Amino acid sequence: MSATPLWEVFVRARNGLAHKHVGSVHAADATMALQAARDVYTRRGEGLSLWVVPSNAIIASDPSDRDMLFEPTGSKIYRHPTFYEVPDEVGHM
Amino acid sequence: MYSQALNTKDTAAADSSPQADRFQARIDAEERIEPNDWMPDAYRRTLIRQISQHAHSEIVGMLPEGNWITRAPSLRRKAALLAKVQDEGGHGLYLYSAAETLGVSREELTDQLLSGRAKYSSIFNYPTLSWADIGTIGWLVDGAAIMNQIPLCRCSFGPYARAMIRVCREESFHQRQGYEIMLTLCRGTAEQKAMAQDALNRWWWPCLMMFGPPDTESAHSDTSMRWKIKRFTNDALRQKFVDATVPQGHFLGLTFPDPDLRFDEAAGHWRFGTIDWDEFRRVLAGNGPCNRERLSARQKAHADGAWVREAALAHAAKHRKAA
Ligand SMILES: [Fe+2]
Ligand SMILES: [Fe+2]
Ligand SMILES: [Fe+2]
Repeated sequence: MSATPLWEVFVRARNGLAHKHVGSVHAADATMALQAARDVYTRRGEGLSLWVVPSNAIIASDPSDRDMLFEPTGSKIYRHPTFYEVPDEVGHM
Repeated sequence: MYSQALNTKDTAAADSSPQADRFQARIDAEERIEPNDWMPDAYRRTLIRQISQHAHSEIVGMLPEGNWITRAPSLRRKAALLAKVQDEGGHGLYLYSAAETLGVSREELTDQLLSGRAKYSSIFNYPTLSWADIGTIGWLVDGAAIMNQIPLCRCSFGPYARAMIRVCREESFHQRQGYEIMLTLCRGTAEQKAMAQDALNRWWWPCLMMFGPPDTESAHSDTSMRWKIKRFTNDALRQKFVDATVPQGHFLGLTFPDPDLRFDEAAGHWRFGTIDWDEFRRVLAGNGPCNRERLSARQKAHADGAWVREAALAHAAKHRKAA
């Protein structure tokens, strides 16, 4: 017996927001995945719109690569506005 | 502003189908329109044009500043400028991906830019002659971009609005690093201050043009306002920019190249002189100081990168076969 495919579920919580990952469901096809996602993740009006994506279509970075990928930006403080001095008299910038 | 050429043809059909009415009602209720929702063709076309022009502007905008990366006066300035130019590249990519949600392909958009059919902001067709130009661009060009982009965070089209929120979060550093350069020059030697003044003299009027033609000439504005793509008119944004910027320039001890500039006490606004709209039209039509240079730099970058794209695809295909 082959396993029922896994789908990742994304919900748009409110008008104007991007879809956000909330979890996953198992379902035989896309239509059933959407129905299952509705039943599992939006029972209290949590959403305006749903996306389901086959889990195996998602390519994720390896958590153990975290430092290699993201640590270098830690020292690039000049990417932040607070790095630059603008006198108070000039006002907000 | 980055889409200043928007104000051209394409008078939106006063569509009054039930679908169109429902669409307008959603807009009026401040609902965001998402890519899979029904939308009038003219709304889609307007957005594709505006978002892609904005994207092209970010990409072409990397060129005038990129020109100074190797000659930045210190490591600190070099790191900052490099980071800023990287951000602009990122902004272009956020925007292209927002445009693609409307059904246009990236290749098509790139082709429109490289073939010279697409417009981008007129401001990037001016040369960066001295280091002070880098300060001036950050302070004024990014300052004007911020004025334009903040209301776009509430644009009716969801993907564009969300891209603008990301962009706006990153712009503050751009403007501050520019102003810091100006402040350093203005507190420096007489030559440095003169360099800052010269840059302001050259960039001031082109910056005012960034907001696009005056309201009296932008027939397109009404529809964009009704669709809440635009929240303020060109002239309103321009005035906001002038009001915010003039005191910042005076703090630097610089003067503006406009004999008519004066503070209107009663209205609380800085009044400015007449903009040379002939120059604006000339630059937009392709005859600014650097139009040809900018376009050929993009064409060359694209052509020089062709073998890399081909090699990457060949490599991926080989690995698919092996798998
Ligand atoms: Fe940008
Ligand atoms: Fe921008
Ligand atoms: Fe910027």
